[in-house]
Amino acid sequence: MKFGVVIFPGSNCDHDLIDALKRNTGQEVVELWHKDTDMQGCDFVFIPGGFSYGDYLRSGAIAKLSPIMTSVVEFANNGGYVMGICNGFQILCESGLLKGALLRNNNQLFVCQNQYLKPETTATAITNKLDRDKAYNFPIAHAEGRYYADEETLDELEANNQILFRYCDKHANVGGESNPNGSLNDIAGICNEGRNVFGMMPHPERGADPKLGNQDGVAIFESIMVSLAVS
Amino acid sequence: MKYRVEIDVMPQKALLDPQGKAVHHGLEELGLNNIESVRIGKHITLHLDAPSREAAAEETEQACKKLLVNPVMEHFEFEIFED
Repeated sequence: MKFGVVIFPGSNCDHDLIDALKRNTGQEVVELWHKDTDMQGCDFVFIPGGFSYGDYLRSGAIAKLSPIMTSVVEFANNGGYVMGICNGFQILCESGLLKGALLRNNNQLFVCQNQYLKPETTATAITNKLDRDKAYNFPIAHAEGRYYADEETLDELEANNQILFRYCDKHANVGGESNPNGSLNDIAGICNEGRNVFGMMPHPERGADPKLGNQDGVAIFESIMVSLAVS
Repeated sequence: MKYRVEIDVMPQKALLDPQGKAVHHGLEELGLNNIESVRIGKHITLHLDAPSREAAAEETEQACKKLLVNPVMEHFEFEIFED
């Protein structure tokens, strides 16, 4: 099994992710440079957090035009697993692999904090080992994380069970004061209709090492291992 | 023929514009109380060498739709000038 992590100029969570993948799956992890088009036979590709191309124009807008993204879009359209975290989520929305957009946080702040999330579905390759009644603590760090989509798209996401996570408090009560950025329907992450493309603003890779005092993210990597083993 | 295109990209009307809201608040602090709302977008200038005004407009449309504007969150309008 082989994982790939895409690296753009301005990516800054790439090595956290590579480390978390190696530590929690024991599998080979390769770097996919933005100027390359070769997917190197990866089974699962990650788009990490950061500020690709300096967030010029809009977050993720320039990254979607890079050579590697052409290959990633093709890979995803053929059913390959792709997951974007933070800036990676923004890039997947810009590239059209996921619906909606991530807007400036409604409080105008760069929000950097530990954040509780409630899993909304376990019927995906990245959430199958999660407990739907538990509040998971994942760090968030973004200025543009306010998930927005028109009403029709939101209804579709809800109806198809495409919401991965909602922002909640430590008792898994969703929404209200716990929503850190004004995301519609308290959405922290979604998947596509084919359930092979995933995007989330919070960072599971920052909570997957005992030395960091937070291991809530490990369940995501465990889920991925389970789904790759059976697929 | 040389053309200059001035493009305005604005947040969709239905969207909350927190930046505009914060600036509006600042203007009120200055005592400029007749201002009812503020919305902030971006302005992009393109310089083109195109066979006609229509061709310049067509290329600008393409530029907006393919990269400069995300229709989920923004809308645009532009004006073309002979340069």
